[in-house]
Amino acid sequence: MSTETIRYDNKVVLHFLIASTLFGVVGMMVGLLIAMQLTNPAFNLGPWLSFGRIRPLHTNAVIFAFVGNALFMGIYYSLPRLCKTPMISPLLSKIHFWGWQAIIVSAVITLPLGITSGKEYAELEWPIDIAITLVWVAFGINMLGTIYKRRERHMYVAIWFYVASWLAVAILHIVNSIELPFSYFHSFSYFAGVQDALVQWWYGHNAVAFFLTTPYLGMMYYFLPKAANRPVFSYRLSIIHFWALVFIYMWAGPHHLLYSAVPDWAQSLGTVFSLMLIAPSWGGMLNGLLTLRGAWDRVREDAALKFMVVAITCYGMATFEGPMLSLKNVNALAHYTDYIIGHVHVGGLGWNGCLTFGVLYWLVPKLFGTKLYSQKLASWHFWLATLGIIFYAVALYFAGITQGLMWSQFNEEGDMLKYPNFLETVLQIIPMYYVRALGGSMYLIGALVMCYNLWKTAREGDFIAEDEAQVPTRIGALQTNKGFHRKLEGMALPFTVFSVFAVIIGGLFELVPVIMSEVKNPSKPLVGIYSPLELEGREIYRKEGCVNCHSQMIRPFRAETERYGDYAKPGDYVYEHPFLWGSRRIGPDLQRIGERPDLTAIWHYNHMIDPQTTSPDSIMPPYPWLAENELDLSLTRSKMRALRILGVPYSDKMIESALTDMKKQAEGISRELNKFDKNIDPEQWQTELIALIAYLKVLGVRVEEDPVLSETKAEEEL
Amino acid sequence: MEIMIMLIAVSTMVALIFLVGFIWSARKGQFDDLVTPAVRILDEDS
Repeated sequence: MSTETIRYDNKVVLHFLIASTLFGVVGMMVGLLIAMQLTNPAFNLGPWLSFGRIRPLHTNAVIFAFVGNALFMGIYYSLPRLCKTPMISPLLSKIHFWGWQAIIVSAVITLPLGITSGKEYAELEWPIDIAITLVWVAFGINMLGTIYKRRERHMYVAIWFYVASWLAVAILHIVNSIELPFSYFHSFSYFAGVQDALVQWWYGHNAVAFFLTTPYLGMMYYFLPKAANRPVFSYRLSIIHFWALVFIYMWAGPHHLLYSAVPDWAQSLGTVFSLMLIAPSWGGMLNGLLTLRGAWDRVREDAALKFMVVAITCYGMATFEGPMLSLKNVNALAHYTDYIIGHVHVGGLGWNGCLTFGVLYWLVPKLFGTKLYSQKLASWHFWLATLGIIFYAVALYFAGITQGLMWSQFNEEGDMLKYPNFLETVLQIIPMYYVRALGGSMYLIGALVMCYNLWKTAREGDFIAEDEAQVPTRIGALQTNKGFHRKLEGMALPFTVFSVFAVIIGGLFELVPVIMSEVKNPSKPLVGIYSPLELEGREIYRKEGCVNCHSQMIRPFRAETERYGDYAKPGDYVYEHPFLWGSRRIGPDLQRIGERPDLTAIWHYNHMIDPQTTSPDSIMPPYPWLAENELDLSLTRSKMRALRILGVPYSDKMIESALTDMKKQAEGISRELNKFDKNIDPEQWQTELIALIAYLKVLGVRVEEDPVLSETKAEEEL
Repeated sequence: MEIMIMLIAVSTMVALIFLVGFIWSARKGQFDDLVTPAVRILDEDS
């Protein structure tokens, strides 16, 4: 049999590798900063580096920059070798790499500026969403084309994981990013309230599934056998692992919304599928660990294997915890608490982080044709990372359970909350926040040690820009019959791409009417529409990322209705674009804060300027700039018009008189504040703080008749 | 709550794509040999 020589491109692999480690370190540093901010609000360094704005920066950096670049690194290394053919297009590889980095840089710029969609893990605004779609398509063409051109008939299980990840992420991203722009950088989510929440968590859960899990499983099935130099324990099991995961994962999203205003049957569906996930996940974990049977002596010495073992163990832990947390009774205690943050970091630091480190310790020496610079430093990294994860997770498990119990604790007579002041429950767990920050620092230091080690390794070797391989000459190896199939093969690329998009577009035609009818016939509103000033206040709430610490979703428990007010119903959210339910309570829930008579305008004013004056020892960051920043009124009307398209009943007259209405309402608030010697010039009402106060004063107030709508109606009649 | 219909439709669509992929790959003989592929990736000709 004649052979030919092909070359695998290692440059793009190295590019992704460098980007991943670089952004990984940056993302972890931001993580450490926000961890410090929770121990002491003094670490909130001005508007651009306040918790609400940079928490999304941390999550986006570690998910899309660190893990994203690492999985591309893994795919661009393993896919051509598994297919025995180079990537079909070096140009698309380049576009993919630089496009992705441009997206990350734009995230680093826009998120601290407060440009956010307000939806967790999907914060990036619409122009970036479009860029992500384009880069993703370029990546897909490159990957699917390479698979089609493969010289190896069998598609190794890792390839299946890569393809499924690509396909699922594409669909999730598109559906969750349906939004209506009202300016170059801002938009409203197309969906409102409960529907927005369902779409978001369908996306949010599957982003964890198809961005953080399945591509990494593909990497595990390639790099673990490679590093251990032995085949996977059971190839049959790996195939079952794959198919079981992809069929079950898509349905587990509602477990993020248990006891919320979404329908009960949907919640139960999410729980059932989450429980089913234990089987394939643990099958995969055991398959990974058993691959090392008979090689455990090498695990003791080999840094790559050591990290992979921790990663796979953490995968098992996180995928056991996930289904347990989706049980309604467990979720009732743990939801909104720091337990969830501990859980995701077992996955993030343990599974994604350590698998990345393992692959790096194997790959860098290989790419540079040398040995690892220092096994000893790698050992240090290993212990720093492992102990860091333990400090991190255990501290937050304690914190989470403490919070959950304190929030729901009644006094001995059972008639009053034992800890009615939310702040008490926060102060109780501050020591745990310190331990968490310690764990995080250890993990970060470990990563820096690795960077040094890998840098020295690279310096000792010479970069092998291309790996040569001898493969059988392609004489139509894959064709089984001539004719129709041969033609199809000639059109490999268009065929693959078009068929995928045909399915997506076909689906959209079916779905758009459904969405349209839903927008036109919403649930009966229980709350009024926002006046222009309140709407702008809500935009400040979104911009400052208040949703990252405060939920707006009261669950139907006595402990919650006692503390916060009546529980949430779908009608509370019909005008909420985007929904701002939040997923954690670092501070108290705010859904019904407008119904609290004790929280007056002046209280809000003082609280926002310096939270410690109204709530001593509060860890909330101060927002003095809100009182100084002028409220941007240039887009108010565009916002109202955009919302009207989405079904919020603003009339022409309301949009026209928006500015005078705002002035009137703001002057009312200024007058109230001036009673307390604030000396606000009524002409200077245009501050962000006044708008935010207007919003907070009506937040969650249930009405029989819409006050804003009826006022305009009365005026029109005059 | 028509949004549920939409999400279920999209999820079912994804599941169907995977199902077609599964049937196609099974017919193509992707799963006929479940032993050697695991060993063959270890070949260091690459």
